Amino acid sequence: MKAAIELTNVSKVYRKYSGKQFSTLKSAFLQRSILRDLRPSEVFPALTDVSFSVARGSTCGVIGRNGSGKSTALKLVAGITKPTAGTVRVDGRISALIELGAGFHPEISGRENVYINGIMLGLTKSQIHSRFDDIVEFAELREFIDAPVKTYSSGMYMRLGFAVAINVDPDVLLVDEVLAVGDEGFTHKCLDKFAEFRRRNKTILLVTHSLNLVEKFCDDAVWLNNGRAMTHGDPKRVVGSYLAAVEESEEKLLAETTARAVEDAGRKGREGREGEQAEERAADPTSNMFQATEGRWGTREVEITEVVFSGADGQPAHIFHSGDPMNITVKVRSRQAVEDFVFGIGLFNAEGVCCYGTNTYLEEMNPRRLSGDADATFAIDGLDLVEGTYKVDVAVHKRDGAPYDYHRLLYTFRVKSRVHDVGIYRPKHTWRFSPNVVFSRDQG
Amino acid sequence: MFSNLANLLRYRGLIASLVARELKARYRGSMFGFFWSFINPLLLLLIYSFVFTSIIPNEDAKTRPYALFMFCGILPWTWFATSLSDAAGSLIAGGNLIKKVLFPAEVLPIVNVLANMVHFFLGLTILIVFLVVYQKMPDPWDLVWFPIAVIVQLVFTTALGLALAALAVHFRDIRDILANLLTLWFFATPIIYPYFQPNVQKFRPLFNVNPFTHLAISYQEILFFQGPIGHWKWLLGLGAASIPLFLGCYWMFDRLRDSFAEAV
Repeated sequence: MKAAIELTNVSKVYRKYSGKQFSTLKSAFLQRSILRDLRPSEVFPALTDVSFSVARGSTCGVIGRNGSGKSTALKLVAGITKPTAGTVRVDGRISALIELGAGFHPEISGRENVYINGIMLGLTKSQIHSRFDDIVEFAELREFIDAPVKTYSSGMYMRLGFAVAINVDPDVLLVDEVLAVGDEGFTHKCLDKFAEFRRRNKTILLVTHSLNLVEKFCDDAVWLNNGRAMTHGDPKRVVGSYLAAVEESEEKLLAETTARAVEDAGRKGREGREGEQAEERAADPTSNMFQATEGRWGTREVEITEVVFSGADGQPAHIFHSGDPMNITVKVRSRQAVEDFVFGIGLFNAEGVCCYGTNTYLEEMNPRRLSGDADATFAIDGLDLVEGTYKVDVAVHKRDGAPYDYHRLLYTFRVKSRVHDVGIYRPKHTWRFSPNVVFSRDQG
Repeated sequence: MFSNLANLLRYRGLIASLVARELKARYRGSMFGFFWSFINPLLLLLIYSFVFTSIIPNEDAKTRPYALFMFCGILPWTWFATSLSDAAGSLIAGGNLIKKVLFPAEVLPIVNVLANMVHFFLGLTILIVFLVVYQKMPDPWDLVWFPIAVIVQLVFTTALGLALAALAVHFRDIRDILANLLTLWFFATPIIYPYFQPNVQKFRPLFNVNPFTHLAISYQEILFFQGPIGHWKWLLGLGAASIPLFLGCYWMFDRLRDSFAEAV
């Protein structure tokens, strides 16, 4: 099949804004180098050697993190900017849903703006005239069409912009994250319109953060990362590798923030160890459970040296999938052997709700002896929590509650889930139905 | 470049509707609306009339009524000056279009020049009414030169507008420099004083270098002074020079075009 959009080794370099603009006029005149001065001095590569093509009649999704070059790629395809190197070839008339209603004039009516916007997008007056009713109908703005655009809400503004752009009837439609515009109903209407485009063998290039949409809707997907095309092809596979990479970087971030939290708390704890506050806290560890701020206190006779989360494979991790096994390993060092000790664990969700808390004393384990370097592992068979960020308390204290070392909300892990259920706890479950309850396989 | 120039013809519908929008939007929401295009020059004319009859009475019979004489130069000057300052800011103001839509950027300064031309024409009707009232009917044969003067000014102004618009994107200080330069330029042009004044004649070569001198004198001769047009050679010369100027400015605009989307 012939490609409708083809990018070949495309690079785009932006000049970084350096605030030197005011001195350049003088130097430009002095050195007679106005054109030369417009060459970028300090540059930022937005896209590097990107090649992909979109077949005519297919829908291609572009995904990637913020700043990965998605919008730049779209602008290049739209012809708004030119590539620094490489070629962009597009076959057919383009309509770009990049900024909806760009070019609307606030002072004049919606009606006049539809005409002018349509002309800007390449329609003739009579074409707009014949499509005018469709446009207004689609935007759901019949009663407001003669009011000046400045009186529109942002949703109305966007809907009108979308309605005009989509009625240009392009061969190639470029969409940049505009489905977040309207309410649920309008979004569905837009999706229907896209589906209609597909049926009529038009090409769509879609930039979005909605991975569901890409999986459901696209024939193809491209994942851009730091201006490079990482993978291109089947949307499920591309989304999968994108998610894996996102997880990896989140993992790194969580590890860093946890390390910093522990270090901060350790420093503060040492400073305040002899302080009155610390003693007050030490007196009543159960009330400490509900203190919202993170911190660390205790006598340090037994010191928690490290807390490691790990998955089934035993590798340290900070991101788990709902239902996966998880181990929390607490490494301690005891300066001298102690005979009175309790290991405690508490799990909190992002709102600070205690999801679960227990300790070895509550579970009727009688302490006998703890000495030297030791570790305790709290093994969870299935992490039956809904998606979210969770914080962990770990503590070693005496049976009466006097803490050796109490780490308050210092450790963070994240639970991921493809199902967006709500609450805190997800019981392991299945659904069973009588035969006269029927579901279709396809969602949405 | 020439294919882009040819494209400009294709955009005439767009330009026309943008000019219409510009005019509509300018007075939208004001009580007198479009009448301001008449009221503004009318008030200006009344003020000048008062000043030059009651406060500094004009002695020279040739330039009587002085307010009308001045008005013949001020109207085209206003078109020229406002166009240039609008055009210099046009790409920056229309940044949304240039960045987000595939849009021929040169349309923006051109629209500014044309919208101000419409205002010029509206102001002209006030001038004509007063010329009739004062029985200063221009010679019909002189009027043949009027469209020529307008076309020359249009080409000249558009050329400068394009250049300023393109450069102002990169050098924002141009807009401030321009505002001051235009004030200077206004007083350096025989608009509020007649060209044939002896003091002006002393610096004649200097005045002749100023292109707007020839436009101002042409308008004054066509609309105000009796007798044949003595300045037509200069006018045509300026027209002939404006064409390469326009091509040069358009070439520069075209060269800088790709940088607009990023620099705006």
